[in-house]
Amino acid sequence: MSSAAARRDAPRLPFERAAALALEDEQTRANVHRATTTIRARRAAVVGETPDWAELRAAGTAIRERAVLRLDELLVQLEAAVTAAGGVVHWARDATEANAAVAHVVERTGSREVVKVKSLTTDELGLNDALLARGIEPIETDLAERIVQLAGERPSHLLVPSLHRGRPEIAELLREALDEPGLADDPESLLAAARRHLREAFLRARVAVSGANFAVAETGTVGVVESEGNGRMCTTLPETLVTVMGVEKVVEEWRDLGVLMQLLPRSATGERMNPYTSLWTGVAATDGPSSFHLVLVDAGRTRALADPEGRPALRCIRCSACVNVCPVYRQTGGHAYDTVYAGPIGAILQPQLSGERGTSASLPYASTLCGACADVCPVGIDIPGILVHERAKVVRMSRPGLDGRALRALGRAFSSRERYERAQRTARALQRPLVKDGRFRWLPGPLAGWGRSRTLPGVAPQTFREWWEERERGA
Amino acid sequence: MLYARAVRVALFVTCLADTLQPSVGRATVAVLERLGLEVVFPRGQTCCGQLHLNAGYPDVARALGRGFVEVFAGFDAIVAPSGSCVAHVRAHAGADGADPEGVAGRTWELSEFLVDRLGVVEVGSGYEGSLTYHPTCHSLRSLRLDGQPESLLRAVSGLELRPLPDATECCGFGGLFAVRNADVSTAMLGDKLRSVEHTGAGAVCACDASCLLHIGGGLERRGSPVRAVHLAEVLAS
Repeated sequence: MSSAAARRDAPRLPFERAAALALEDEQTRANVHRATTTIRARRAAVVGETPDWAELRAAGTAIRERAVLRLDELLVQLEAAVTAAGGVVHWARDATEANAAVAHVVERTGSREVVKVKSLTTDELGLNDALLARGIEPIETDLAERIVQLAGERPSHLLVPSLHRGRPEIAELLREALDEPGLADDPESLLAAARRHLREAFLRARVAVSGANFAVAETGTVGVVESEGNGRMCTTLPETLVTVMGVEKVVEEWRDLGVLMQLLPRSATGERMNPYTSLWTGVAATDGPSSFHLVLVDAGRTRALADPEGRPALRCIRCSACVNVCPVYRQTGGHAYDTVYAGPIGAILQPQLSGERGTSASLPYASTLCGACADVCPVGIDIPGILVHERAKVVRMSRPGLDGRALRALGRAFSSRERYERAQRTARALQRPLVKDGRFRWLPGPLAGWGRSRTLPGVAPQTFREWWEERERGA
Repeated sequence: MLYARAVRVALFVTCLADTLQPSVGRATVAVLERLGLEVVFPRGQTCCGQLHLNAGYPDVARALGRGFVEVFAGFDAIVAPSGSCVAHVRAHAGADGADPEGVAGRTWELSEFLVDRLGVVEVGSGYEGSLTYHPTCHSLRSLRLDGQPESLLRAVSGLELRPLPDATECCGFGGLFAVRNADVSTAMLGDKLRSVEHTGAGAVCACDASCLLHIGGGLERRGSPVRAVHLAEVLAS
């Protein structure tokens, strides 16, 4: 039932090749189309009804921009506040250090399993595999994330990791994975089965691992935003809680949450208010975990921070509004992007985090620059502008291929009237054997892809400027 | 019909229309001259640099942007039959102090020039048949066109304008995207063409010759009877 591209062990392909494969999976495309249509409409409705959306957006942009520019101060302030509240702060330069810090905390408790709050950052770091390698079983408790984990797949959407799956496919998976062959397809039955399955884990668990949507430097408060309440179970029931957070998630002040918590649910799930918002500050003697660890992870954030033009990507609050409106994501789904951060935000964030190489170098080109993403971004990230900036970085860092040489040659042809007009005449002469009735019969090299679905006219028998000149002479 | 004031307009035809679709340039001239405007065509013009900026060659794009500003420096109004080229010129050609005379700010897309600058919606055109309008991404989200092309089309005698479902969804062109990500581009085009055909209109119209090259090329490859026409061509009819 699962497509090849969804498997965690799928080969890593550049976007254009992975996308071509993804397009063949009609079921997944229908699922993604249906889900994004629904969520686009919900977002548009709750944003449309908010009279001060533009002001909220401007405030959210300013809050996140200030935080990103003051990371050096805010993180030290956060560490002091968390420590004062009885928490322990760990600093990790990369995935290896972060995963080791988490594993070390878990091992000291003697537990061989952890319950997990859905966390993109731990997905990015590959924490689950790192824990498994040390004999610790991670149990995802967000239902969609659990479904993806049980299927051995990769998440395909920032917010709804199983967005590429329809309900009948999910029912089939749960029947098998939970050993409940009689399980019906309706949402109530599926949720009841998931609840039975996860409740056992919650009641047994001694350690939980979470990500963080935000951390407040002023107070040392860390927060997780979710819809099911399963995250709340994880952050309150076990004795030990480990939160893994990218360093860019910090904000200055408590009151910043007042703005961000209006922007996030409306942009993310199309809800006016988020169902479960869990906020905690260190440990409390009376309630919740008695041991709290905060792992602050760089993993490429400071690399992005060093680039003034790419830096705004760090403002992202992971709402996924850009993903849902993206016409490219809508066709391909998330797996083609080969990153936890699929869609437009991933196309600018992943290359900055990991460097513009490998499959990441193909991501800035996974866009028509239509601008729908920038219009919905609640923190004003100019995604098309950064895509173009990242493309320039890719070009600088790679050896010029055929299309690169062609573009340079075209640039020279455009550099003066004489060269341009000569190029028009030369192209018209060269195309003669390839053009019939004004259309190319066959397109060479990099243009072949165009020709598969579209005709292309050749250089006109009389260009506009030739017509103009003729008219001037006649006048 | 004459436009009373003597306004001299420089045409920026765009490299694509000049070379591949000269009828779009001729139609633009016809519409402007019908309104009594004097149209000039500065021969030094080539390309605005949009293609190169978007492909990752900002150095080439900057040089072309400077060239654009030089060629058009002496004109009060520069008009182009392309939303995306004008959007590029406004955002980039004048960047970094390269445009001290404000050429980029005097550069207009055809429909906004007619409606916003001249205050004209009726340009004396006649078109027999039905047509649907696709708002191209850059005219919509960069230029923020807000109904100017539709107003012009509604004023064309004999023309029946039909609403396009999912009109604001990208057609899948995206310049280099159409070649480099040809499969996704084709899938997006498929959705757009289904929407166009759903309207039952005889033609699809837009303000960008580039998107129309893609949409029209797709229709032709399918053997569809629907034609792709530029706004200027409809207005010149």
